[in-house]
Parts: sequence; C-alpha cells; structure tokens
Amino acid sequence: MTSLVAFRDAGVAYAGRWVWRGATFSVAPGEFVAVIGPNGAGKTTLLKAALGAIAPTEGSVLIDGAPPRRGTVRIGYAPQIRPVAETGGIRSSDVVRFGVDGHRWGLPLPGRRSSVARERVDEALASVGATAYASRRTGELSGGELQRVMLAQALVRRPRLLVLDEPVANLDLASRAEFIALVAGLARDGGVAVLFVTHDLYGLRPSLDGVVRVAGGRVDTGPPEALLPGDAP
Amino acid sequence: MTAAAAHLLHPLGAMFAYPFFRHAFVAGTVVAIAAGAVGYFVVLRGLAFAAHALSHVGFAGAAGAVVIGIPAVDGLLAFTGAGAVAMGLLGDRLRGRDVSIGIVLAWTLGLGVLFMSLYHGNATGAYALLFGEILGVSPASLIVTTVASVAALAALAVAYRPLLYASIDPDGAFVSGVPVRIVGVVFMLVLAIAVSAAAQVVGVLLIFTLLVAPAAVADRLTARPLLAILLAVVCALGFTWAGLVCAFFVPFPVSFFITSFAFGTYVVVRCLPQPRFAFNARKLPWPRFRRRRNSGTHASRSPF
Repeated sequence: MTSLVAFRDAGVAYAGRWVWRGATFSVAPGEFVAVIGPNGAGKTTLLKAALGAIAPTEGSVLIDGAPPRRGTVRIGYAPQIRPVAETGGIRSSDVVRFGVDGHRWGLPLPGRRSSVARERVDEALASVGATAYASRRTGELSGGELQRVMLAQALVRRPRLLVLDEPVANLDLASRAEFIALVAGLARDGGVAVLFVTHDLYGLRPSLDGVVRVAGGRVDTGPPEALLPGDAP
Repeated sequence: MTAAAAHLLHPLGAMFAYPFFRHAFVAGTVVAIAAGAVGYFVVLRGLAFAAHALSHVGFAGAAGAVVIGIPAVDGLLAFTGAGAVAMGLLGDRLRGRDVSIGIVLAWTLGLGVLFMSLYHGNATGAYALLFGEILGVSPASLIVTTVASVAALAALAVAYRPLLYASIDPDGAFVSGVPVRIVGVVFMLVLAIAVSAAAQVVGVLLIFTLLVAPAAVADRLTARPLLAILLAVVCALGFTWAGLVCAFFVPFPVSFFITSFAFGTYVVVRCLPQPRFAFNARKLPWPRFRRRRNSGTHASRSPF
C-alpha cells in the first residue's frame, strides 16, 4: 500500500536553528500513529510540515505521493485549542460547518446544498457525542467539549488523513478512552490514516501501529514497543 | 416648499427639507450599514485596537490631503488603505500587538498635527476630523463614500465564509485551502474603507461607536454570525438615525448623541443575562428568558 504521508530526511529550521532534522517515516491508510515528545520539541511543527503548512527546510515531505498542496487531499485537522477573542464565539455547529464549506466563497445561501451540509454537521456532531452542545457558543464550552467539536469538524470532511494535535489533553479518563476508541475505529474500519499528537500515552498503546518521537532535535520512529517505556499500558 | 412651511406640516418632514440634513442622513445610513457589517469581523478577529489605530492613520491622511489641496476623504482612503495592507501582511501576528500598534498610532496622530499646522492652524478642520462633522458632508465625498462602502460590502459578501473560518480558526482554515493571508489583507482593506467612511460621521476618535459598539451589542444577543451582522447593522443604523434626529432638535453635536446611544445600548445589553442557546433550556436559570430565545428543538431550528 502506498503511504499517505511520507517524510524523507526532512528537517525544519526556524531563524537558522533546527527544530528537528532527519525525519524519515511514513503513515499508510488505516495506520494509527502517535507523535510523542516533550513540550517544545517540535511536535506541532512536525504536524504543520505534514499538513503542508510549513515547507521542510531540507529533505522532503510527500502527501499521497506529491508535495503537499493545501486543499488537495482531504485532511481533517483538529488544532490545539486556542482561546478566541473577547467574544463568546459562534455556535459549535457553525464551527463544524467550516469543515463542509468554510473554504467556499460567498454567503451560505439556503437551499439543497445548505441542508445537506447541515445534515452532515449534525451527523458529525452526533458521532462524537457533541449533539447536546451543538448550538452553544464555543466560548462557553469546556476544554473537552471543545475538543469533541474540533474532532467533529475534522470528521465532517470525511478525511483520508486525520491530524489531531493534543486531542485528549483536556479529557477525563472515561471520555479519553471513548475518544481513543472512536479514532482507532476510524483508522481500522474507515482506512483513515491518523497522526495523533500527545504527551501522554495512557490508554493509547493497544491501538497504535507506530510511534514518532520528537525529542532533542531528532525524530525517531518505530513500532510502539521499540520507542515506548515498557510500563505504559 | 420652503423649510418653514414644511416645519408647519410635520417636524420630521422639516428635517428633510434641508439639503445638508438629507446628505447627512444618506451618509449616515451608508456608513452605518458598512461599519456595522465590517465591525462584526473586527470584534470576532480581535482587531478593535487595530481599527482604532487605522483611523488615526486616516487622520494623518486627511490632514495631509487638506495641505496639498485635495479632498480629505481621498487622503483618508489612501492612508487607511496603505495602513491596512501593512497590517494585513502581519496577519495573525497582529493580534496582541497593542504596544506596537499604540506607538504607530501616536506617531500618525503627531503627523496629523504637523499637517494641520502646515495648513496654518485650521482648528475647525481638525475638530471635524477628530470628532466628526456629518452635517457638513459634501455631495462629492458622499459619492466617494457610497461607492467605497458598496465595494467593501460586496467584498465582505464574497469573502464571507473563508473570512469567518479564518477569523475563528486560522490554522484550520489554512489547511483546508483558504488563502488566509490574502483574505486577511482583503479584510483589512474593507476595514480601511469602513474606517474612512465612519470617520466622516463620528470622527477618527469616536470610530468605536459605529465600528465596534454595534457588533459588540449584536455578539451579546446572538451566536449566529449572519444574524449578528444583521443586528449590528440595525444597531448602527439606529444609533446614527437617532443621533441625527436628536441633534436636529437639540443643539448638541451629533457625535455626542450617536456615542451616547451606542454606550447606553451596550450597557443595557451587558446587564441582560446572555442567552445561551442550550437545548436543555428548562434546566438553566431564567427559564422564561432562555426559552423565549430558544424556540424549538435541534431538529426544527432554522439554519440561519
């Protein structure tokens, strides 16, 4: 199977300093890969390179066999949560709707296309158990609720590649297990390639196909058992 | 019919018998629509202070235009436009740059003072630029303002969805193919037009009253973006019209009335409990208030 994401000897430098170098790994459809590493090691930078938001300073990053061009491969991306401005924000369902037609020009005119979009939004919200707060403002949601909404936005695109930045950081243990099971199911049954950034592997290990470790300016990759400490479940 | 005769028929009709008032009314209407709509994104993108700074850049432009003998509105548009492109290229890095923005703001105000003094100290002109002189809007600048505002609104409508996306989630928007930086620059240009337009009505120092206050009121009342924009426009129109009418009958500046209506409305809306749009409305406090604003269930709710 061809890989969906392929890094070859890739390195990224900011202002003349290497964040990391020598990244060589690939993620095939249906693979669930965790990206681990200490804070500030460059995990988010690695994601941005995989998304095509940053071009590698050296080496190459290919998505679906080609250099990443935004909007070509369906990528579901749930960024790390950042507080929005002073406003209470807009409704969760509006945020999920961005995943359907947020990139299209013009006003969202009512019509068949709009009602199909709304159905998809409702479906995605239901699939992550976020229906209850679909009409609440994002600014009023808890961290865990907001992460589910961002996952719904990633899923509503029907992605081939799912890129999640610290998606379980604010979840309680039960929601965390549920969330991981949901994503693992998408990888296993839906053939979605998953890049899952986390600093905490608890509960993740049984679902993983591979691990990418970003630390000390290096990127190491391998099967979970090679890179993870033995006592992690 | 003479103005005096009209006054005998109806006091409101009397206002419109004066050409200066008709111009002011049309200018106020155009500006309120543009500023209200653009203002929603200003609030959403956290660009209130940048918008304020842009108006000061505009002050220098307007004062400079007067020195070299061209219409002030042309200088306003030119300077705010240039400032907007510079700010837009900074993109996301503009957020939280209050100190840098403030320093640029002060400098452009100083530049404006220089231009005013080169024009040999026309204090009335400076006063009009700083605090607005809607009753003195000339037909020529009214045409420029209208054309620019219509263009700004058209650009806003075309860019609506990507702009909203990029305002809320710039990283996500970038990845899904939104040209975030171009959208940002276009928005700043739209903002420059709105600022230039509003500066003529309420002056560069009071720009918040049309650009930020209506949107802030609307944002408190609804979480639906299109409805919020509509509400912001309605608020801006309400403030401007009410201010004009009051100033016709009471000899205080129009800007005083417009800012007072904006301030008063914002205070009232802040004091109201914010509607939450939750489905389990009955479990929340103030059930009557919430249920009224949340009619229907998820399935039956209207899209926008």
